[in-house]
Amino acid sequence: MLYAFLCYNDEDAVFAWTQAEDAAVMAKLEAVQRPLAEAGRLGPTARLMATSAATTLRKDSDPPLVLDGPYAETKEQLLGFYLIDCADLEDALSVAQDLAKANPGGAYEVRPVRGFFPGAIATAKAKAAG
Amino acid sequence: MSDLAWIDGALTAARPQAIGALLRYFRDLDLAEEAFQDACLRALKSWPENGPPRDAAAWLIMVGRNAAIDQVRRRSRQEALPDEATISDVDDVETPMAERLDGAHYRDDVLRLLFICCHPDLPATQQIALALRIVSGLTVPQIARAFVVSEAAMEQRITRAKGRIAKAHVPFEAPGPVERSERLGSVAAMVYLVFNEGYSAGAAEQDERAAFAVEAIRLARLLLRLYPAEPEIMGLLALMLLHQSRAATRFDAGGEMVLLDDQDRGRWDQRMISEGLALIDKAMRHRQRGPYQVKAAIAALHARAARPEDTDWAQIDALYAALERLEPSPIVTLNRAVAVSKTAGAAPALAMIEPLADRLDGYFNYFGLKGALLKQLDHPAEAREAFGRAIALANTPAQASHIRQHLDQLMQGAPATS
Repeated sequence: MLYAFLCYNDEDAVFAWTQAEDAAVMAKLEAVQRPLAEAGRLGPTARLMATSAATTLRKDSDPPLVLDGPYAETKEQLLGFYLIDCADLEDALSVAQDLAKANPGGAYEVRPVRGFFPGAIATAKAKAAG
Repeated sequence: MSDLAWIDGALTAARPQAIGALLRYFRDLDLAEEAFQDACLRALKSWPENGPPRDAAAWLIMVGRNAAIDQVRRRSRQEALPDEATISDVDDVETPMAERLDGAHYRDDVLRLLFICCHPDLPATQQIALALRIVSGLTVPQIARAFVVSEAAMEQRITRAKGRIAKAHVPFEAPGPVERSERLGSVAAMVYLVFNEGYSAGAAEQDERAAFAVEAIRLARLLLRLYPAEPEIMGLLALMLLHQSRAATRFDAGGEMVLLDDQDRGRWDQRMISEGLALIDKAMRHRQRGPYQVKAAIAALHARAARPEDTDWAQIDALYAALERLEPSPIVTLNRAVAVSKTAGAAPALAMIEPLADRLDGYFNYFGLKGALLKQLDHPAEAREAFGRAIALANTPAQASHIRQHLDQLMQGAPATS
């Protein structure tokens, strides 16, 4: 079963990391991801810009309303996501625990994926954005 | 990151909100700072054992407030008179935490805290020092090193600035919409000052001051989270990110400043550039042009050019023309003349800057540009004179050595290049 790992954290803290701190966290996360990638279990991952770069289109009005900022004002913000192939919830939570050890603070929402469509964005473009 | 580093990061991130709220309770900057300090010490003891609280700022505010109230009560018992006025809203101690910490309060708290640092009576350097000390929590020795003064002198400077603020009586009521927007304007200017203090530092001062630029970016992010629909705050953050994206390429190994044209564009930070571009994109939708947005748009055109010769100088000229209308200044006209020299040639650019001579009489860049334009127009004697003035006015060895290269070319009769 595919699981989405939605990564929440306090962006005031995360975006205040120095380059060295950021790199250290990424290296630790990379160590958790590597075996998953080698086993063919790691799907697309994304790191999102700060919610200050977000725009929300409310489609419950006509015409839809365009608002600055994220959908929800929360203490912790959605800062990224992984798709990982896991045997079951138990397995998914153990992956989440490994990730949490590498990057404490905040929360992972682990949600089973209902439909997965890999899309057509070339790897080169994905790298450029990262 | 270790637990302790994580806690340290959380404390720094929560600081503006927590001190802002404590200042609202106690209406005394020193007391608010002490209360926060107290709360941080308790956090360092309690968080590693019990895990970090979900809302670090709320935790620090509650703990800091209780600690300070205790202290004020103890002091007032010793000093006989209980001073209820010092504790402005003791009566709402029991109201639910969630209510007290709602977003609107936070917003005004943080804005007030930043706003008191940019009181018009305070000279720019004091505004910067105060903001770095109170809002960002840099230590006095750190700030003193960056400003190259003794710790005692910096301590005194900050104390004096606080005294002026206490006398200024910044109102603690929630500001009205007009006042709020004025405050936001002053605060944005102060954040940009902090950035420039870091960004304009020479290579030798980079270790001490580079942190200022990073700190200013953090403050702008905070402002934008509090005021997500303010296009000028988007512009300010975009502007600083786009400049900061070049940080790694601005000095060579010998510490000399590297000019924009000569920087290794492959080493510009693409992540900062794309965030800056995304923010400008957002700001433009509001159709409320302002100086930060225009400056950010100019920086974006440089960031988008893969090579110096790809720079869209015509567009930069148009943006500087817009900036001249929004924020007229001889410096803006001087910068515009650089763009004009690239699109229309040296002669119209020179005609544009000649009327500025009186006002830019002591300005290095004026004579640097004038010399370069005269050189291109093949007036070597006048060019030499302008370059001579420029060298006399140079602020850094890098500026002087850049002008000397021009002079050397003139001496050798080399073809005029830039």
